[in-house]
Amino acid sequence: MRESMEFDVVIVGAGPAGLSTACRLMQQSQKEERELTVCVIEKGSEVGAHIFSGAVFETRALDEIFPDWKERGAPLNTPVTSDEIYLLKNAEKAQKLPNSLVPKTMHNEGNYIISVGNLCRWLAEQAEELGVEVFPGFPAAEILYGDDGEVKGVITGDMGIDAKGEQKADYMPGMELHGKYTIFSEGCRGHLGKQLINKYQLDSESDTQHYGIGLKELWEIEPSKHKPGLVVHGAGWPLTKETSGGSFLYHAENNQVMVGIVIDLSYSNPFISPFDELQRMKHHPIFKDTLEGGTRISYGARAIAKGGLNSLPKMHFPGGLLIGCDAGTLNFAKIKGTHTAMKSGILAAESIFTAISSEITVSNELSSFTEAFKTSWLHEELHQTRNFGPAMHKFGTYMGGAFNYLDQNWFKGKLPFTLHDTKPDHEQLKPAAECTDIAYPKPDNKISFDKLSSVFISNTNHEEDQPCHLKLKSEVIPVEKNLALFAGPEARFCPAGVYEFVENPENQQQQLQINAQNCLHCKTCDIKDPTQNITWQVPEGLGGPSYPNM
Amino acid sequence: MKILIMVKRVTDPNVTIRPNMDSSNVDLTNVKMAMNPFCEIATEEAIRLKEAGIASEVIVLSIGDKQSQDQIRTSLAMGADRGILIETDATLEPLNIAKLAAKVIEEEEIDLVLLGKQSSDKDNNQTGQMLAAIKDWGQATFASKLYISNEKATVTREVDTGLQTIELTLPAIVTCDLRLNTPRFASLPNIMKAKRKPLVIKPIEEFGLDLTPRFKMLNVESPQVREAGDILGSVDELLEKLKTTEGVL
Repeated sequence: MRESMEFDVVIVGAGPAGLSTACRLMQQSQKEERELTVCVIEKGSEVGAHIFSGAVFETRALDEIFPDWKERGAPLNTPVTSDEIYLLKNAEKAQKLPNSLVPKTMHNEGNYIISVGNLCRWLAEQAEELGVEVFPGFPAAEILYGDDGEVKGVITGDMGIDAKGEQKADYMPGMELHGKYTIFSEGCRGHLGKQLINKYQLDSESDTQHYGIGLKELWEIEPSKHKPGLVVHGAGWPLTKETSGGSFLYHAENNQVMVGIVIDLSYSNPFISPFDELQRMKHHPIFKDTLEGGTRISYGARAIAKGGLNSLPKMHFPGGLLIGCDAGTLNFAKIKGTHTAMKSGILAAESIFTAISSEITVSNELSSFTEAFKTSWLHEELHQTRNFGPAMHKFGTYMGGAFNYLDQNWFKGKLPFTLHDTKPDHEQLKPAAECTDIAYPKPDNKISFDKLSSVFISNTNHEEDQPCHLKLKSEVIPVEKNLALFAGPEARFCPAGVYEFVENPENQQQQLQINAQNCLHCKTCDIKDPTQNITWQVPEGLGGPSYPNM
Repeated sequence: MKILIMVKRVTDPNVTIRPNMDSSNVDLTNVKMAMNPFCEIATEEAIRLKEAGIASEVIVLSIGDKQSQDQIRTSLAMGADRGILIETDATLEPLNIAKLAAKVIEEEEIDLVLLGKQSSDKDNNQTGQMLAAIKDWGQATFASKLYISNEKATVTREVDTGLQTIELTLPAIVTCDLRLNTPRFASLPNIMKAKRKPLVIKPIEEFGLDLTPRFKMLNVESPQVREAGDILGSVDELLEKLKTTEGVL
């Protein structure tokens, strides 16, 4: 028998969505003088350790939860001072887009350049002050279902299990955490969120979800080149016509800049390596001139759910809610997901508090959430931008961009039709034989680096003696299908060198080696594997990257 | 028997650190901090002695900034009874830490002090020894086994030549090495309970000690990066390279 603990609300994941839910719940509980027990569990070794977004942040949702965030010392220190957008034509040339031609969603006046990790660290402090129990280092490993098929909580991961599945000296079994309501806010492609979507068929009325992979580095640059508040976005090179995505460079505080690339996982050429695209991208003068002479501090990667409103599944199910990027509330037209995730958390808290106060039984679904969502600014915002992603896919970067300019600036997203994009990303890969191999340049160790030295500064670490958390449904597919047909794309799309095809010394055959301890928890393998053979499971608590200021 | 354990807040050993821009110190902005792993081992050993009925109380002491409360709470969640934080924003040298600890030992009438053999951030390996000198107590450093009976501690030490077993009369100081035990994980209910365990915060001024530093840190640098080597195909090639490109033969 596992031990169990009872809470009113159990929240899985201490990101912007989960922590906003927790804070709003406690604010309401204090206002209405109704006691409430809320816990947040987080797989990272501390709050913020796995938060990768470092971002241009819109304060709308934060203003709603903590209108006095400035006085409370929220880590928003760098207001955006200017926006620059470039079309990168090749490795040398770029054309600056005049402001008047930029889609409105890409303007950033009034926003801040922040580390979302630091925002979460601060939000967790606020939550704890309000009386929330925050438990970093405890992953939710399994969903607990009740007799009527409702979610009644989660089980935290066991600690101290060795690679063979045996208990070690420090073995500690996971606990059952029971909640009247359980909130899943694991971020994009949460491993439990995925199970919930399948079990309750939450996506039966929505388009398939679409994803991107974001890779980013944090640099400390020469003070003379540092322009705090400058936001640079790039489109085009090094990505080709068939691959959509974009690059960014944000000047944050303390002489630091965040530089990175987002690549849509709908790409078709299996030879694409997002990691190497980032490395060569940095050599473009737009980025290189800023980075030269600086020091790279950190590196990381994370998948993002970018399907928008068309791909948004139903967010409620018996016993709980799926919120934030775990559902897919990111606004891709703004390339912003933090304020929308937070808003979904606020709405979740409000409907849960009403439900708990009115003693509705658990088997009742929180359909009130959907009503509140549909009348919120969050829905309005996502509705306005619903065509942005599909347009880029359908018409390509240039024509899609032009469509988006007209759609967003002239028609304010009110065109009376909706574009759909229904092919899942993992089905997009073409056989290697039909594609050209890409020869990426060697790193120069000044601007560009190799994968392993990059993974090193993500600070990722996993207890070595534990079962592999990347499960293969079939052991033969990696070689017989992925390698034979697609030239082993997992070795390239994984930004951390987890998947490696090596020769078996006994029979000289190729085999897949999984270096699970390198994993950055980005979830790309779970999304892009062409046969969906890889399932990302949660490793032992405390494992994973430790991102500072990302 | 009352046990005092000493715990230190250090940078998480799994995290890479670097000097700040003016090379005056290590940049610790938002770097993940943790309990020194050797202090976890000291905590675990103390709790085992309590569980075995040998210790009556386990008191955890940390000396550092306000956030060091986190590490005390971790110790309490593992099973220590109560905590004391001597709060200071200054970075204290081992001798000053030992002086402060000696004061606490007197106040609390401690019989056994367990601490890590060294901290993973500065690797000083001095505090335990200095504390033993100040108190004029017996000391056993680098302990990999600890056995207590009849006011005596039998300690196996990991020394350069192998293992050495010594006997000490209590009160005594024992510093813990890696193989002494495997620290437990704190469970969720224990983490919640630890929040309600007593933790006293004492301002450092209360102790009236002269804590003037004896060292001055001049500069912090990253270790030199080792350049990548070349893999050569044959001895001839090596000789050729040493003669021509390297010019050493």
